[in-house]
Amino acid sequence: MSTRAHGAPRNRTLKWIDDRMPIVSLVEHSLYYPVPRNLNYMWNFGSLAGLSLIILIVTGIVLSMHYTPHTDYAFDSVERIMRDVNYGWLIRYVHTNGASMFFIVVYLHVFRGLYYGSFKAPRELLWWLGVVILFLMMATAFMGYVLPWGQMSFWAAKVITSMVGAVPLIGEALTELLWGGFTVDNPTLNRFYSLHYLLPFVIFGVVILHIWALHTVKANNPLGIDMKGPQDSVEFHPYYTVKDLFGTGVFLLVFAAFVFYAPNYLGHPDNYIQADPLKTPPHIVPEWYFLPYYTILRSFTDDWWLFQVLLGWWGMEAKLAGVLAMAGAVAVLFVLPWLDTSKVRSARFRPVYRVFFWLFVIDCLILGWIGAQPAEQPWTAIGQWATIWYFAHFLVILPLVSRTERPRPLPHSISQSVLGGGSAATAASPMEATT
Amino acid sequence: MIRAPIRSANRTIRRLAAPAVLAAGLAAGAPFATLPAHAAGDAVAPKEVAWTFNGVFGRYNYEQLRRGLQVYREVCAACHGLRLVAYRDLAAIGLSEAQIRAIAGEKEVAGEPDEEGEPTTRPAEAKDRFVDPFPNVQAAMASNNGAAPPDLSLMVKARGGGADYVFSLMTGYVSEAACKKEFKDSQGKPLVPAEGQYCNTYMPGHIIAMAPPITEDGQVEYEEKGAPAASVDQMAKDVTAFLAWAAEPYMVERKRMGIKVMLFLLLFTGFMYAIYRQVKKDVKGQA
Repeated sequence: MSTRAHGAPRNRTLKWIDDRMPIVSLVEHSLYYPVPRNLNYMWNFGSLAGLSLIILIVTGIVLSMHYTPHTDYAFDSVERIMRDVNYGWLIRYVHTNGASMFFIVVYLHVFRGLYYGSFKAPRELLWWLGVVILFLMMATAFMGYVLPWGQMSFWAAKVITSMVGAVPLIGEALTELLWGGFTVDNPTLNRFYSLHYLLPFVIFGVVILHIWALHTVKANNPLGIDMKGPQDSVEFHPYYTVKDLFGTGVFLLVFAAFVFYAPNYLGHPDNYIQADPLKTPPHIVPEWYFLPYYTILRSFTDDWWLFQVLLGWWGMEAKLAGVLAMAGAVAVLFVLPWLDTSKVRSARFRPVYRVFFWLFVIDCLILGWIGAQPAEQPWTAIGQWATIWYFAHFLVILPLVSRTERPRPLPHSISQSVLGGGSAATAASPMEATT
Repeated sequence: MIRAPIRSANRTIRRLAAPAVLAAGLAAGAPFATLPAHAAGDAVAPKEVAWTFNGVFGRYNYEQLRRGLQVYREVCAACHGLRLVAYRDLAAIGLSEAQIRAIAGEKEVAGEPDEEGEPTTRPAEAKDRFVDPFPNVQAAMASNNGAAPPDLSLMVKARGGGADYVFSLMTGYVSEAACKKEFKDSQGKPLVPAEGQYCNTYMPGHIIAMAPPITEDGQVEYEEKGAPAASVDQMAKDVTAFLAWAAEPYMVERKRMGIKVMLFLLLFTGFMYAIYRQVKKDVKGQA
């Protein structure tokens, strides 16, 4: 372990700068700040998410140099990028697949947080900023998908923006404001393009806050117990820089496999047909990363018993309930620290929570699978039960489990546990089997 | 169409960096489980063709593409446009400048206004995109029973099943009698194509407005020496391959670059893993 002291820079020029603006110290701090020594590979996904964001911003800026945000030209300008711009096909495929990679990485990052209790005190603010990033990502990805002006672009935009109309009283005005007219048309495309360029930089800003909060409260770890001293931690560099670089290599291998060998696998063939406002595609499906939310949205039908029992009887529309549930599916993460009140963070020491965590993962996969199916039985019924489970997990199961569960004894310290002193943490759970 | 190579690529990656890839592979696998459903509809799964451009090392066969171009020009181009492809692009499949100029020159495009300001036309040039067979959508509809023939530039990428589907569709016509026997309409009655419609096994709903485009062997007389016999199957395959190229002209470059990128990344990842192991030795117990 490196023992060099990190303080003010010794170089005179650097010191001069640092005295006026401590940017050199900031870099030093970032490189050498203490990180728990026992992080597993699930902790790679934070840096991979940052990398994905940067890849998307860089490729996006290049694409915007060649793209024309007009309903008459958008589709053709994208094809011009694919055919006539030097390496345009590469830049576009990296951008479109990059969005999917970003979501894969972020979803794994979120599930990591759920499993190891990274949302619990003192990391609530860090967690909230993460949820804000997730919301912003979803908005950005949705608007980006509209830009090529293919059939799915247009009809996804139509379906999703029409949902805003479900808002009571101001719904119609709000929808027209969003559209810039009376339907999805050129003004819609223009403002989506503008916002699609803006939001990634907003995300970047929130990411900085996210990292700031992280460096204040320090990283959680697979044991979920606090670092008690220098024996529990290592400096970020080189231990985690090199580990993150290894993770980056693996991530880029998966990424490149898609870009070079299955660039359209995660897309929809209909989006290679130019948007036609008069021709509705037989199945309108969102991108894969929205499928679970899409299922939740579609679960709220007028004849669903749960909807009738809870909301329908006082006159609420099923459409509005669906929209609220879809937004609530992510928003519920904000209150997670108060739904799960267990003092123990890591699922490694929570035998009951661990079971429900995996059931929740399966439930999310079912929601995603149903989202790709047509709105028919038996899919609708399966989706509705999966929706119930999704919300029950947060609103019923977690409060009950966290109050009744008897956690297993925690190890005394990270160093004792990982250096062989402890016994409680030796049994690895499935999620840690990747280390 | 493209699922096999990614699977084999993933297998290679797994073998080389097993532990960490598990999580990423799991994530990549999730959409695999959910997505293919929306391509199907009520259509029959297309015939599987061993295209030269399948797989990680897939390449276009440029002789086949030139034959396909000939089929496109002599059969499809009467009704279907190719508006995103430029005549100059044909150089990539081995046409000479003179050949390109000759093909382009057969069509007229709008020119600059003359000195009096009257609109003019000029023969199309290499720089122009393929000229549409109809001046506008209304004309295309009027000539085709009200159904405008779709542009073919992206057809192979715009249909689930890709090249397999396009080939199957062209060779998937069945007689009215067979149609009645095999397929049902939405009310469950035997399916009968209306006047000016045809029955096709692979078309979703099995009713198609396009007449069988390729009906008899030798319909196109292949110009190039050493060309295979122009059977219906062969012609359908050749034109599908040509359309696959038209939809994705940089596929060969993409796959070739992909091999270099993957090899580099494997090396990079291997090095990083070795360095990580080395650094890790200093910190006993670190994951």
